[in-house]
Parts: sequence; C-alpha cells; structure tokens
Amino acid sequence: MLKKRLMPCMLLREGHLVQSIEFKEYLIIGKPRFTIERFIDWDVDEIIFLDISATKENRGPDLEIISETARGCFVPLTVGGGIRTLKDIRNVLKTGADKVSINTEAIRKPAFVTESSDVFGSQCIVISMDVKTNEDGEYEVFLDSGKKPTDRDPVEWAKEIEELGGGEIFLTSIDRDGTREGYDIDLIKKVSDSVGIPVIACGGVGKMDDFPECILKGHASAASAANIFQHGEHSTLRAKAAMKLAGVDVRISTAATYLKHVY
Amino acid sequence: MIVIVDYGLGNLYSVVNAFGVIDCRAHISNKIEDLRKAERIVLSGVGAFSNGIKNLKDMGLVETLHEEVIDKGKPFLGICLGMQLIARSSDEGGHREGLGWVPADVKRLEVEDQNLKLPHMGWNDINIKLKDPLFRGIDADFNFYFVHSYHLVCDTPEIIGATCNYGTDFVAAIQKDNVFGTQFHPEKSHKNGFQLLRNFVDYDAAKVE
Repeated sequence: MLKKRLMPCMLLREGHLVQSIEFKEYLIIGKPRFTIERFIDWDVDEIIFLDISATKENRGPDLEIISETARGCFVPLTVGGGIRTLKDIRNVLKTGADKVSINTEAIRKPAFVTESSDVFGSQCIVISMDVKTNEDGEYEVFLDSGKKPTDRDPVEWAKEIEELGGGEIFLTSIDRDGTREGYDIDLIKKVSDSVGIPVIACGGVGKMDDFPECILKGHASAASAANIFQHGEHSTLRAKAAMKLAGVDVRISTAATYLKHVY
Repeated sequence: MIVIVDYGLGNLYSVVNAFGVIDCRAHISNKIEDLRKAERIVLSGVGAFSNGIKNLKDMGLVETLHEEVIDKGKPFLGICLGMQLIARSSDEGGHREGLGWVPADVKRLEVEDQNLKLPHMGWNDINIKLKDPLFRGIDADFNFYFVHSYHLVCDTPEIIGATCNYGTDFVAAIQKDNVFGTQFHPEKSHKNGFQLLRNFVDYDAAKVE
C-alpha cells in the first residue's frame, strides 16, 4: 500500500544549512550537500529544502545551491523559499527539484496556487503554512518567520488550498519549532482531517516516538523535522524504526535498521 | 551510449544523474543522429499524454524511435509518461493514439475508496511478475516512487512485469522483448531505482532468445 513518509526539512539561510529555534534563533550547521548524502543513504523518503531568507531578501530561489543539492538527491526533492512567479517554479524544476513549496505568495495571491497547479500539475505544488497561537489563544497563520499575522485560520486556509488546486500542505507549528516538546498534534489533526490532500507536519520533534504520533494521532501523511536530524546518530534510521514499530506503514529500505534495537 | 529522449517534458537531469550513480553516461537529446548512435534509449516524463505525443510528432522522432527500437531491437525503457506513450491509446484529455508498440491502452486510475486520492503519489510496493531482467537483485524492499493518475491496461498479462496496488491492482512495469516500461520513477527510487537501471543497462538484447 501507499506508504507514510519521513521527510527531513533542510533550512537554508544566507547560504548555510541552519537549525532554527522558534523562528528566532538560527544556528549554522554547514553545507547542504553533505547532509543530503547522509539522508539519502539513511532511508529518508523525500526531502524538503527551504530557503528561509529568500523572501526577506526579496529575491527568488538560489538556483546554484538548488542545483548542487538536487544533483545528489535520488528521492523526491521539494524546494521552497522566494517562489513568486511561474518562471521561479520553472527554473527550480529545471534545476532538479520535483516539487516546489510556496508560502508567502500563496497568501498574497491565492490565484497563483491555481495558476501554478494548472501549468505544472498539482503534484508539483506544495503550499506551506506556518501557524502559531495568537493573543486570543487561537491558531492563526503567520508570515515573515512568524512575525506577520494574516488573520487566517489554518483549517480554513487548508480547505481553500485544496480548492485552489494545491497538491500537498506543509504545516509548521511555530510554537513548537525548536522546542523538542513534540508535534502540535491538535493542530495537525485539525488540518489533516479537514482536507483530502496530503499534509506534511513539521515543528517540535524531540524524540523518535514523536514521529509515529503525528501520523497515527495527527493523521498526517508525512512526518517532517529539521533540527533532530542534524544531530544524533542515524537519526533518520531510528525515526523510521520508531514509525514502523508503532505500526505505521513505512518503507524500510536499508539492511541497517533499528528495528531490533532500543533507541 | 544511452540516449534520454528530450521531448520537452519532465526532469531529464534526474535520470542522467541516476545513471551517473551507476557509472553510466547518459545523454539528453532529440537529434535523430544521436538516436541512431544510441545503444539504449530511454523515454521519461511527467505530464499530459497529449503534450507528450504531440511533442514527439512535432520533433519528428516517431519514425526514428520505431526504427531504432522496434526494427533494430535496441533496449528501450519508458518511464512514467514514457511508458504510457508506447501504448496504443490514452484517454487522458480525450482519446489519443500512442506509439502502439505494446498491446495496451492508458486509462484513468479508478479508485473506489473515497479516502484514496489521485494522483497516486508516494512510495508504494510492487508485486513482481517477471523478475528477469528488470527486477534482478530487488529482493528485500519492493518500494518505488510513483506519481501518476493514469495507468496501462494490457490486453493480456504476459507483458506485465510488475503490479502495484492503490485501491485496485494496476500495472507497475511491462516488458515485451527489448521494450521495458515502468510506471514508477527509478531515478527517484533511490537504491531500488539504481538496481533497476543497472539491470536495464546490463540487459543485452542480442543474448535473449
């Protein structure tokens, strides 16, 4: 059957791979290329690569870094950050990405979602949303690394994304980001249950058991995380093992697994 | 020389890179002289059938491909849309004729389960029917990466190399003499993909009875 997925998220900021804490602090890790090589060999199903300084610097995607990254990626690669026009999408796909992730521009111009989907196919279009609880204690979609409120409810926005033709949703909890407190299961479940398109959940992973939780309790189709995969031995293999042992139908492709070990 | 046909659809560099991992040089081209020089030909793509077949015709590649693959017997691999294009016809966007190399037609995936959406997108495991040569060495994990809404319906089962299940069983791979096809993307299926491409490269048309 169609498998659930493990999809590490790599954050690129000012040319470096970084680790993010609540979208406020960024710690440099190194060059993307080496991380990708590790991920590919260690059982990841897809990779999402986000350039988080592109929109802020008012530029499009960095095609050189994307090209270098894509060259070593033999599982589907989603690239996001600064994607605003059909030309941006075309360039990114030509450089080697399989899908694009659109965040800011989707909110600014929802018709762009439909346009992109019509031209490239909905399977190429992932719409990314960052959510945190606002002053009223309600979930709200935010832009600009969590600084700019949009007055949009994530469930409503998710439904709209599906109607507009988005292929998948990449959902990040700003509250949980970098905290290692676990996924915001409540948020993930609300969004996943409201749409038919796949939801990829991100933000908050602290231990391996968090991964199966987001699928089994949150009803997401894919589990993503950034920080936890940058440190910790064989972290993606252990994540896959945690998912499998908890009963999630995932692909285990390497002989070196953690299925029999305590992690 | 492996030639990957450039007919304007799909990310062909991924395919070149994947061949690169197994130390094979593949060239992207739509020139007739390259197809004539090629030892093996790959037709890969994601997109609409109508665009695919139109582009092949507009580029004047249909006759040459037929000569090189069907008449001369060069090993051929069709990936995703590439496999669909060699069928007799497709229903995508209205009934259209394909290259007609295999006795099959392309139909939309009929998925009765409301929870299963189209496109069929992600990793799914296949059921191998014809192990040799394409699936040699694929013994433990049978997952490949799929992204499609249409599938091949074959007249008879003997060309079916593998099936997959998404609500219903559908054709995941075909094999007819020197003509191979996969609905999934080997260039995006990591180790299993590399193994399959390796098998394709090692396959010697001349040695098969």
